[in-house]
Amino acid sequence: MKKVKSLVLAGLLAFAPALALNSQAFAQDNAAVAAAPADNAAAPAESSVNAAAPAAEAAPAAKVAAPPRMKPTPGIGMPSPGEISLQEQFSPTGHTGRWLHDKMLLPIITVISIFVLVLMLYVMVRFRRSANPAPSKTSHNTLIEVIWTVVPVVILLVIAVPSIGLLADQYKPAPKDALTVKVTGYQWYWGYEYPDNEIPEFVSNMLPKDKAEANGEPYLLAPDNRMVLPAGRPIKLIITGADVIHSFAVPSLWVKMDAVPGRLNEKSFTIEKPGVYYGQCSELCGARHAFMPIAIEALPPAQFDQWVLSQGGKLQGAGAAVTTAAAAPAAAPAEKL
Amino acid sequence: MTTITADHHGDHAHDHHDADHKPAFFQRWFMSTNHKDIGTLYLIFAIIAGIIGGAISGLMRAELAQPGIQYLQTWAQYSDGPSATLDQAYHLWNVLITAHGLIMVFFMVMPAMIGGFGNWFVPIMIGAPDMAFPRMNNISFWLLIPAFALLLGSTFVPGGTGNGAGTGWTVYAPLSTSGSAGPAVDMAILSLHIAGASSILGAINFITTILNMRAPGMTLHKMPLFVWSVLVTAFLLLLALPVLAAAITMLLTDRNFGTTFYDAAGGGDPELYQHLFWFFGHPEVYIMILPGFGIISQIVSTFSRKPVFGYLGMAYAMVAIGVVGFVVWAHHMFTTGMSVNVKMYFTAATMVIAVPTGIKIFSWIATIWGGSISFKTPMVWALGFIFLFTVGGVTGVVLANGGVDDVLHDTYYVVAHFHYVLSLGAVFGLFAGFYYWFPKMSGRMYNEFLGQLHFWVFFIGVNLLFFPMHFLGLSGMPRRYPDYPEAFAYWNKVASHGYEIMAAGMLIFFVNLIWSLAAGRKAEGNPWGEGATTLEWTLSSPPPFHQFETLPVID
Repeated sequence: MKKVKSLVLAGLLAFAPALALNSQAFAQDNAAVAAAPADNAAAPAESSVNAAAPAAEAAPAAKVAAPPRMKPTPGIGMPSPGEISLQEQFSPTGHTGRWLHDKMLLPIITVISIFVLVLMLYVMVRFRRSANPAPSKTSHNTLIEVIWTVVPVVILLVIAVPSIGLLADQYKPAPKDALTVKVTGYQWYWGYEYPDNEIPEFVSNMLPKDKAEANGEPYLLAPDNRMVLPAGRPIKLIITGADVIHSFAVPSLWVKMDAVPGRLNEKSFTIEKPGVYYGQCSELCGARHAFMPIAIEALPPAQFDQWVLSQGGKLQGAGAAVTTAAAAPAAAPAEKL
Repeated sequence: MTTITADHHGDHAHDHHDADHKPAFFQRWFMSTNHKDIGTLYLIFAIIAGIIGGAISGLMRAELAQPGIQYLQTWAQYSDGPSATLDQAYHLWNVLITAHGLIMVFFMVMPAMIGGFGNWFVPIMIGAPDMAFPRMNNISFWLLIPAFALLLGSTFVPGGTGNGAGTGWTVYAPLSTSGSAGPAVDMAILSLHIAGASSILGAINFITTILNMRAPGMTLHKMPLFVWSVLVTAFLLLLALPVLAAAITMLLTDRNFGTTFYDAAGGGDPELYQHLFWFFGHPEVYIMILPGFGIISQIVSTFSRKPVFGYLGMAYAMVAIGVVGFVVWAHHMFTTGMSVNVKMYFTAATMVIAVPTGIKIFSWIATIWGGSISFKTPMVWALGFIFLFTVGGVTGVVLANGGVDDVLHDTYYVVAHFHYVLSLGAVFGLFAGFYYWFPKMSGRMYNEFLGQLHFWVFFIGVNLLFFPMHFLGLSGMPRRYPDYPEAFAYWNKVASHGYEIMAAGMLIFFVNLIWSLAAGRKAEGNPWGEGATTLEWTLSSPPPFHQFETLPVID
């Protein structure tokens, strides 16, 4: 099964350049892809551990072409050089979380730090020995002590309300129609399985430096096979570890969940916009801990269905209707070649 | 009376039985039962461990100064032999972060704070002649030597992918069990066992001393705040370390005897280890900082020439921090998949700690308020401590939010946070205490200019080193990475330059230390003037070998 899927994948990748040139639907998100089609398409197939077959052999097996590999937008779904803030968020929880941090926590802690600094500078100047040779003997003031106990409590309560709200938000159970993907952390790569679509597990290894650069992707963030997800549809990840604890993290989606051997951790979220969102393993897992990146490629639903079919997967109920509409025109130009 | 005294002298004159009689070198330093000598040994040990731990962080900052692997493979040849592979180089990285963490926590901060200053000044400040169990005090110190040797030795034996224990200081299972074949992790665990036993013995000694050996009139509510801080710390040690011992014993049996405490395949749970570890680990961070609180209280009061503001509030704030510190541990585990209610509880409980911490910050400022401040070196360090600890504290409030940890957990934001409270908090407390008590311990004054210079260079260096880590963390850079995407290059470069400045500051410290020991001006009993009211300043500098043979009476 795995092999068949690999064949399909490899075959479809061969069509990718043609698709990129012809399909209007992709132009918006992938304007740059057309510029580097050959490298872009070949790299994943070559470096993928499970893509055993050469691309040419597999071509006849292809019924539906995979959407072309999406080109990441600099600064979106990845850190920016010299950045001093949280990454831009692309999930509803991410917006809530970023609001809590940027609009609430950061101003409060900044004001508190500056307040303490100003107080300290004041006492240092005002009560230096030359300015105040005779010290007071005051050592108690019940009122002020009550104030500096109660005021922090009030501030913390103000923080706690939205903070607890954010937690509740993150734990909202995924709706029934959520797409389930099983994520497994290995030393040192990720495995993604789509039980809803009957796509068996495929693995995701880091791209070597030359290939990542040839792809126009950030080295150490770019893997060969991405986790492809539909944008706008609730996602439910079931996360586990195969050997030691890893942590599946995508900062721009406000997602971080440990992959613990013997446990199935659940994380649900919705990606608002199509795009490529990078992440890195976030729990020390041995020698190559820094070298098992994560990339989520969020596609419009129709293209996601096309991707599912291209992987030899099945569409779930309602999705099937979209398929014929989406996949046929997408595949057609490729056949004209 | 007079007759008795005369007889006494007559009988023992030939024994040189006076307060300042010191044993011969070997007996004095290797078989010591004197709290001041043991304190000195602890401080020397902590300085040596600090040099090693600090050098390791220098290696890490050198490697992280730019993207790519620059030096690791060269260094790996020293630990893994000339044919070291890239994977062994990556493993070496994990060995470095593990060693840095364990050395700084168990062999630098704890020995210096509790073993060093605690031993030196707790008995003196309560008017006691020595610790309650002087021989146990001796074994507490000497257990540290084999513990440290085991940890350093583990670097040269197999630990999985390469030589050395590369598990992080948290030693999480299953990376530390099935994930690390070879004796390195066993050696590291034994090292923790021995260091833990040393600390438990020390804690028992401090509790017994403080509760039973206070001079007449020295009630609990008259004890200097440094003694309070050590008392609270000792209770934290006594209650937390056995849990660590249990946790790592189960690691040992999982590793060597086929048990499955932390192996889901055998009915165990890797998360159990994390709960046990952090049940120890969170009190541990207060163990490291509380004595610093005590030191800062003494110094701020001395150099403002005012009694500590809100003494009882200060003492019980430390007790409260200690108590609450035991019920917040799982905020280190917000991304492990705990239930939402558990996360809510730990979020709320963690925030509560900000209240007693705030009381301490504001009480220090209120102590200075209305005072007559002299900006001697210890005071400058103490003022630096108060501000930097505030900065580290408020980022702790950010991290307390379980929901925010879904993006900040295990990033450099956490590294920045705990270095602000420990490297800039505890270490500033250590330097403040060192300059404050150096004249008392050595009998010589340190060089004031070099002390001030040390402060400013160090202050600029550590802020340049650690503040950019907040940015890296917000931007998403994970911890414990030897290499990082290009986007993180800028702030990493800045941080590495910060390290260079900090290291230059440390050189100034060592120059000052050596110069002052050799040629410093002789210190009088109380070099700080009327603000210094605790008992150590009533003695000569250095104090006699045995002080308070006649107990002082406190009114």
